[in-house]
Amino acid sequence: MAKVTLKGLSHSYLKTQSSDSDWAIRGVDIDWNDGGAYALLGPSGCGKTTLLNIISGLITPTKGDILFDDKVISGLSPVERNIAQIFQFPVIYDTMTVYDNLAFPLRNRNIPEEEIKAKVQEIAEMLELSSTLNNRASGLTADGKQKISLGRGLVRSDVNAIMFDEPLTVIDPHLKWILRSKLKELHQKINRTMIYVTHDQTEALTFADQVVVMHEGQIVQTGTPVDLFEKPKHTFVGYFIGSPGMNVLPCQIKGNDVIVNGKKIETHQQIKKSNFNKTEVGVRPEFISFSNEGIPVKVLSVSNTGRHKIVDTESETGKIKIIAKSNEDIPSGSAFLKFKKEYTYTYGDSWIIE
Amino acid sequence: MNKTVNQKAWFFVIPVFVLVAFNAIIPLMTVVNYAFQETFGNNVFMWEGTRWFKQIMLSERFHASLGRQFLFTFIILFIQIPLGIAIALTMPKEGIGVPVCLVLMSMPLLIPWNVVGAMWNIFALPDIGFLGHSLNALGFDYNFTQQIGDAWFTTILMDVWHWTSLVVLLSYAGLRSIQPAYYQAAEIDGASRWAIFTKIELPKMKKVLTIAILLRFMDSFMIYTEPFVLTGGGPGNATAFLSIDLVKMALGQFDLGPAAAMSLIYFFIVLLVCWVFYTLMMRNEEKS
Repeated sequence: MAKVTLKGLSHSYLKTQSSDSDWAIRGVDIDWNDGGAYALLGPSGCGKTTLLNIISGLITPTKGDILFDDKVISGLSPVERNIAQIFQFPVIYDTMTVYDNLAFPLRNRNIPEEEIKAKVQEIAEMLELSSTLNNRASGLTADGKQKISLGRGLVRSDVNAIMFDEPLTVIDPHLKWILRSKLKELHQKINRTMIYVTHDQTEALTFADQVVVMHEGQIVQTGTPVDLFEKPKHTFVGYFIGSPGMNVLPCQIKGNDVIVNGKKIETHQQIKKSNFNKTEVGVRPEFISFSNEGIPVKVLSVSNTGRHKIVDTESETGKIKIIAKSNEDIPSGSAFLKFKKEYTYTYGDSWIIE
Repeated sequence: MNKTVNQKAWFFVIPVFVLVAFNAIIPLMTVVNYAFQETFGNNVFMWEGTRWFKQIMLSERFHASLGRQFLFTFIILFIQIPLGIAIALTMPKEGIGVPVCLVLMSMPLLIPWNVVGAMWNIFALPDIGFLGHSLNALGFDYNFTQQIGDAWFTTILMDVWHWTSLVVLLSYAGLRSIQPAYYQAAEIDGASRWAIFTKIELPKMKKVLTIAILLRFMDSFMIYTEPFVLTGGGPGNATAFLSIDLVKMALGQFDLGPAAAMSLIYFFIVLLVCWVFYTLMMRNEEKS
C-alpha cells in the first residue's frame, strides 16, 4: 500500500517533439492518497492508458518522476514496483486451472505453498470463484475470466496499488453492474489504493472517490463526482460528464457584466480579468428553466426519457438543451430561459475564470 | 437456431465434386483397379483379390522402407519443430528486421524440390562440394554417396534447411498474434522467461503448431524428389523412403499390382496418422 505521486510527468511516443500534439501526456501532477479509490476518466486517446502504464512501469516516461510513499521509483521494473494491473480484456493462463492462475503471482515470488493455499482460497471466496477452483481457466465465461485477472491482482497482500485499465469493456451490461459493485465492495474490504481507467462516466463516478478527468494528455480537473458535475473547471469536463452535457455558449465580457445573446446574465463568479481569446458561458441542462424573461429561444423538440424531458432549443448563438420535469408543461414556439446563477460559470479559453 | 432444410443446396456441391473426381477420385480408382488385379498389358486383367496386399504387408522390403520412412519423419520433426520455434522467438518484432527476416526465411521455401536436391548434391560432393570438401579437410571421413550415416546426415540436413522456415513462419505468426497485455500481465505477475514461454507462448501457439506438425508430417512422409536427386535412395537402399521404393517398384520393376497395393497402404497410413493426430489435438481443445 502506498501513496502515489506523479511529478511533472510527460510522455511522448515520438523520438523528437515539436508541438503539444506530439505528447501523449503533458505535465501531469497527481497526489493520490494511500487506500483511495481513484478514476482516470477521458475519451479514447486522451492518454489515460499511457499514464496507467507509466505508473505500473510498463512504459518509461520521457520526463518527470513517479513516487510511491515519497520515494522515487521511476527506474524500477513492474515487479519491483509491486503493483497489480487488470487489463481491458481478461488475461488468463489458458492451460492452468483457476487455482493455479490465482497462485501464479505468489509462486513466482517463492511463497510457501501453505500460505498460497490460504490466500487463494480467501480471494476465491471474495470473488465467488471457490466452486470453479479446479476447472481449467479457459473454460470460463468472460466475466469469470476477468474475475481471475482481478483475483491475480488481489492475492498479493503487499501490492502498492491496483490498477484497472477499462476492465469491464468485454463484460455484458448486466454483469458489469454486478462486477462494479463487487469492486467497490472489495475496495472497502481491503482498503488498497485503486486506480481505475475508463471512458465511461458512470463507471468512474460510481467507483471512485476522486475522479481525474483527462483531455488531450492533460489533467483538466480532479475532484469528487459532485465537484465535476456542479463546477466543471474546463468546458470539456462540462460536456464529457453529464447526459446530456453542459451547454456552452459564446459570451462577451464587458467590465463586470457577462452578456449572452445581447442579454446580461448573472454568473457564479465575479469577473476580474477578461483578456481571453474566447469567452464562454457554461450551464448544465439541469440548471435551466423556462421563464417570462431572459434568453430568447425557439423550442425545437422535446423528448421524454420517462424520468424527465429533454428539451432542445435554439438561441441566436447556438443550441441549448434543457432538462425539465416529466410533468412540466413545455412552451412551444418562442420562449425565454433563465439560468440558475450559482451553477452558471464563465470560461476563458475553455478554462473556468476564477 | 433452427436450420432451414433445403436439399437443393447439394447442387452447389456438384462442380467441386466433378473437379475432385477428375483430379483425384478417378485416378485413384485406376490404382485401386491395379491393386486387385494382374495385367500383362493389352487391357487384359485377371482378378487377384487381396493377394498383392498380403504380399506387401508381409514383404521385408516394405517393412524396411516403412521403418526408414518413420525414422526420417520423426528425426526431422524432432529437429524442425523446436528449431523453428526457437528461431521464431529470436526474430525481431518490429522495424526493418521483420521484412528482412521474413524474406530470408521464405527463400528456401521458394526453391523447387529438384533444385534443392541438385544444390545439396553438388554442395555435399566430397571432392568438389563446399560442404563435403570442408568436412573432409577438417578430418571427417565424409562421403554421402558411399556411407549410410553420411547419406542420412546429408538428407536430414537438407530437409531441415528446406523446411524449417515453414515452422518458423507459422510460429512467428502465432507469436505475433499474442496480445501485448499477456506479456505485461506476466511481467507484473513476476513470471520468468521460461514461464512466459510455457504458460503463454506455447499454449497460444498450439493451433499453428498443430498445423505445422501436420504439414511437416505429411510432406516428409511423402518426400520423394529431394532424396531422389540427392542420393537416389542409396547407398544401397539406405535412403530409399516409401515413395522412392514405390517408384522403383512401379516404374523400375513394372510390378504394377504390388505397387498399386503399396500406394493404397501408404495412403491409408498417412490418412490414419493425420486423423489420429488431429483428433487427439482437437479433443484436447474441447476439454479446455
